[in-house]
Amino acid sequence: MSEKIAFTIDGVTCKGEKGQFLVDAARDNGIYIPTLCNIPGVNPKSCCRICTVYVNGLPMTACSLQVFDGMEIINDTPALIEQRKIILEALFVEGNHYCPFCEKSGNCMLQALAYRFGMLAPRFPYTFPVREVDASHPKIIKDQNRCILCKRCIKAIKDEKGRSIFAYHRRGNKLRVHIDPKLALALTDELAQKAMDVCPVGSILVREKGYRVPIGQRTYDKMPIGSDIEVKK
Amino acid sequence: MSRKITIEPVTRVEGHGKVTIHIDHEGNVTQTRLHIVEFRGFERFIQGRPYWEAPVLVERLCGICPVSHHLAAAKALDVIVGAGTGEGLTPTGEKMRRLMHYGQFFQSHALHFFHLASPDLLFGIDADPAIRNVIGVALKHKDLAVQGVLMRKFGQEIIKATAGKKIHGTGAIPGGINKNLSIEERDSFLKGPDPLNADKMVEWASGALDFFKTFHKGHKELIDNFSKFPSSHLSLVRKDGAMDLYHGVLRAIDSQGRKILNDVDYQEYTQYINEEVRPWSYMKFPYLTHLGETDGWYRVGPLARLNTCDFIPTPLAQKEFELFRAYTNGKPNNMCMHYHWARLIETLHAAEMIRQLLHDPDLHGNNLVTIGKKQKEGVGLIEAPRGTLFHHYRINDNDQIEMANLIVSTTNNNEPMNRAVNCVATSMMTGKKEITEGMMNAVEVAIRAYDPCLSCATHALGNMPLEISLYDQNNSLIDRKSK
Ligand code: SF4
Ligand code: FES
Repeated sequence: MSEKIAFTIDGVTCKGEKGQFLVDAARDNGIYIPTLCNIPGVNPKSCCRICTVYVNGLPMTACSLQVFDGMEIINDTPALIEQRKIILEALFVEGNHYCPFCEKSGNCMLQALAYRFGMLAPRFPYTFPVREVDASHPKIIKDQNRCILCKRCIKAIKDEKGRSIFAYHRRGNKLRVHIDPKLALALTDELAQKAMDVCPVGSILVREKGYRVPIGQRTYDKMPIGSDIEVKK
Repeated sequence: MSRKITIEPVTRVEGHGKVTIHIDHEGNVTQTRLHIVEFRGFERFIQGRPYWEAPVLVERLCGICPVSHHLAAAKALDVIVGAGTGEGLTPTGEKMRRLMHYGQFFQSHALHFFHLASPDLLFGIDADPAIRNVIGVALKHKDLAVQGVLMRKFGQEIIKATAGKKIHGTGAIPGGINKNLSIEERDSFLKGPDPLNADKMVEWASGALDFFKTFHKGHKELIDNFSKFPSSHLSLVRKDGAMDLYHGVLRAIDSQGRKILNDVDYQEYTQYINEEVRPWSYMKFPYLTHLGETDGWYRVGPLARLNTCDFIPTPLAQKEFELFRAYTNGKPNNMCMHYHWARLIETLHAAEMIRQLLHDPDLHGNNLVTIGKKQKEGVGLIEAPRGTLFHHYRINDNDQIEMANLIVSTTNNNEPMNRAVNCVATSMMTGKKEITEGMMNAVEVAIRAYDPCLSCATHALGNMPLEISLYDQNNSLIDRKSK
């Protein structure tokens, strides 16, 4: 049996297991630490920083930090909420997030987090970058306007030899996630759907499948993101 | 001294318009123009988007009739995904869309009649603008105002049950629909608490029609002669000539009732309809190609639909249709204010259709989408509350929209609205030295009869400032009045 670890989140005593990442341990204790780039079960890369908490006074990303005995974690404070809002606002102004007609609306983590944290108008000016829609692949469409460069697709979508179908391309503000044209030919319907599901926003779309889930039945239509974790408390 | 009068903005219509009236040395009206100064550019900025986004994207054109754009785009995409037109959909797909559409008609017509048009009828065209608005109606004729609100609410709830949201839903998808109607939803509309049920809506729609007919009796001169001029009329009709607001063939008649477009397939509309561009307006002027730019213009909307169809396939509306047709001895009705009469007959028809559809078990089926052989191009046509609405798309090999052409209802009515303004200005302003607020409103009343949707900003309260500018023959401003 794995070693038990005791720690506190906002003063509440929690139990975890050695080697467990903080977001997962918090989830098991009914506490929601927001994540965006993280996928449970896949090695964290800490791209988005939305999960930042204070651990014994220091800011750290909860998705990549393993729990240890005696940790004192601050997760729910006005300052941290504000910090998360700033990250969200920066992501919104940095891309072209056409939420009103996005197929992923209602299933989008970015949108759901913005609702949860009460984001209204962003405090930063919109950058309106010129981004393209890459519709050249047989199974999926990659709308670069909405990509938040979270790497989830790169980490999770591999061919049968374990090669990543998605990859970072170029650098700085020209950084894009591109699809390997050859490997994309090997995408099955299932893998294409998995890529769309893994993408937290509407940047990866399965062709000709838009809007099949009616409003009211989408993931975040009934409860804010994180509520499913908090009800376990 | 010749003068130019500008009415800007036009109030109690959707969006912004500007009317200029030119008056010569003798005080005669020499030219009137309805300028559409909004530019929206949807046809351009949807290029490159995946085609299935179109119904959700283009419905943002309007906050009052988004359902019409949603459905017209979906119908065009039905062709693209190989589901064909009309009958190509599953019964559930087609009937859910119809229910959505009739819900839309019902709410939009109720909004127009009770909130935008009725103040002019109840208080008079030259009444004090402070009371000649929806608040005035609410204070003086509470029952009517409440009915207007609740009829709109009922229509909106139908839209929500079929499209997911009251405004800008996602129900129609290429080849069908994404949900059916639950038994609970059906029951809430059929057996909902008084007054929010289908029976009451039919009753209130009949009541509104009675109200109009009584008013008509007492104000024949105004209703029959205000801005009356001959024109052609165009609309969809069902293949057997019945009124059909969702699907059919294109028919046009001239002012004498002769068919000038004989039940043609709207997929081929480009063979029959052309659009003229005039330098002073962003809105184009459509016309029937074979009759040319000068004679080919036509009216669309409620009046046109009642003129072109042979009958209405619901019993109460059919009775009213017979009275309406008898009033002009079966000849086309060219009286501008009869748009309101026609609109109320359609409101009753929509209420009857909703009630009839709600009893149809096909609404609860699970076969929602049809897909066939992919096409590159498709045209969707629908009768929107304000008139015939064309959506035309072409896609590239990567499923991206390559070309979009939209001819919206208000564009189809562009020439008639210009003529209506001219009619009123000529009859009311010729020889007048002073322009009264009542005269200004009369111009607006003529435009408002067409229920135009000039863009997406609603001025339903009628409290937008009205600006009147006078220019001499050199176009220099010599006077300006505003309210
Ligand atoms: S495509 Fe989606 S999953 Fe991939 S990096 Fe962009 S936002 Fe993340
Ligand atoms: S979820 Fe931890 S950094 Fe993105």
